[in-house]
Amino acid sequence: MSERRRVEIDINGETYGAEVEPRLLLSDFIRHEAGLTGTHVGCEHGVCGACTVQVDGDPVRSCLMFAVQAQGREVRTVEGMTDGLSEGELHPLQQAFHEKHGLQCGFCTPGFLMSLEPLMLDERDLTDQEIREALAGNLCRCTGYQNIVESVKLARERLRSGAESPAERE
Amino acid sequence: MKPPVFDYHDPATVEEALDLLAVHGDDGKVLAGGQSLVPLLNFRLAHPEHLIDVNNIGELSGIKRDGGRLRIGALTRQSMLERSALVADNWPLLTEALSFVAHAQIRNRGTVGGSVAHADPAAELPVAFLASDADFIVKSKRGERRISAVDFFVTHLTTTMEPDELMVAIDVPAPPEGAGYAFTEFARRHGDFALGGAAVLLAAEGRTCTSAAVGLLAAAPTPLRAAGAEEALVGSELSQDGAEAAAKRAVEQIDPTGDIHGSSEYRKGLIEVMVRRAIEKAAGRLDGDGLGFSRNGGGGR
Ligand SMILES: Cc1cc2nc3c(=O)[nH]c(=O)nc-3n(C[C@H](O)[C@H](O)[C@H](O)COP(=O)(O)OP(=O)(O)OC[C@H]3O[C@@H](n4cnc5c(N)ncnc54)[C@H](O)[C@@H]3O)c2cc1C
Ligand code: FES
Ligand code: FES
Repeated sequence: MSERRRVEIDINGETYGAEVEPRLLLSDFIRHEAGLTGTHVGCEHGVCGACTVQVDGDPVRSCLMFAVQAQGREVRTVEGMTDGLSEGELHPLQQAFHEKHGLQCGFCTPGFLMSLEPLMLDERDLTDQEIREALAGNLCRCTGYQNIVESVKLARERLRSGAESPAERE
Repeated sequence: MKPPVFDYHDPATVEEALDLLAVHGDDGKVLAGGQSLVPLLNFRLAHPEHLIDVNNIGELSGIKRDGGRLRIGALTRQSMLERSALVADNWPLLTEALSFVAHAQIRNRGTVGGSVAHADPAAELPVAFLASDADFIVKSKRGERRISAVDFFVTHLTTTMEPDELMVAIDVPAPPEGAGYAFTEFARRHGDFALGGAAVLLAAEGRTCTSAAVGLLAAAPTPLRAAGAEEALVGSELSQDGAEAAAKRAVEQIDPTGDIHGSSEYRKGLIEVMVRRAIEKAAGRLDGDGLGFSRNGGGGR
């Protein structure tokens, strides 16, 4: 039956190994095997977006992937956003969420950050409508979204006006 | 919730996948993007004993033009199709349909073949393929079959594919020369499953419509072609009144299922509006549109 498998999964540049059941969700691997509890779990059926992480650079639902499917891929979670920054320093998108009150209880925030980070590298001018569509895949019960839109705009302004970009720093 | 226990197989080739399906097809499931199947597992609404994960089969993925037709590997991610310039330039109905499919995070995993095989009548791609006269190529140890979209969908989440068959590709003919296209839908929130919608492909000579394909979204237990609307359009002059009349014909025979998001009657009315707008928008996009449709744009999504 459902034989356990040995996996070695790269999360934020570190390898986490474990023997897992094939049915173990990637979200649970991240939280329980790797101990990275920044990734939150809300609905476990793809609707809320709280569990969003990046796999090979693309935002995906970690509750809709099995851990065995992440073998050999690069997983990035919210914890990885401050890699290479000095103690206490935040990623520009996180900093903007902080300043613009893009979060209240914070439960949804890691998912939003993982979903929205690629917008930081998008060279096009984005309308509010386009930003709203980009965050439509994440639910927030607290903010009403307006301040999340403002946070994205602030972070993009800063990054585009030539302040340090996350890509350059890496 | 958590998924039930299953045996996991991750074949590296189509050949291996077909071997596994020949043995486990009856009590197993193909796992593609997992964006529909994993929620069903997590809810314990599906209990397959075997999962045959096809994500490591490179040959199942890719988009290419083949003698004027488009061939999309079944495992091609929806996001890859969405970003394809070849598709946007030559099969723009598909690109427009994809703009309504779920959210970026879902499209990054969700596959084109998975969306077709899942056969949700509210899913956009099946309707766009149906309106495009596409064929689905499926394989098993017993051989290869080409199933036309009209013969593929049986009812909600049910197709004419056999349990040992794997969809390998979608084959789409080129739209008629100079065709106008439009995909319209209404959903409560961008990316949610639609309450109703339509896919339209039109060709015309002068003002006279020479061919019309009208697909309906969320109108029935399967994606549907609106034969009545197509009949009304072909051979007649494209006009505002004509669009309205065809839209009426489109919903004559349908009886969409009502739920808390909209009664059957409401959905019927909604689909009629979506069809009319799609026809107007498609007519406005015909090469050399002298019909003035593009001025009022068709509006809405
Ligand atoms: C929150 C959310 C919102 C969504 N909104 C929309 C939406 O608005 N519109 C929309 O169209 N979809 C929507 N989806 C569904 C999404 O598009 C799915 O990706 C898609 O329907 C299924 O594709 P998949 O590759 O994920 O298939 P899977 O989930 O892996 O499989 C689905 C079914 O198809 C079968 N299957 C898959 N591939 C093959 C194959 N090659 N051969 C034979 N059988 C196969 C599987 O066995 C399974 O039964 C949404 C999903 C979520 C989670
Ligand atoms: S927990 Fe994954 S989308 Fe809600
Ligand atoms: S801040 Fe509470 S759910 Fe978004």
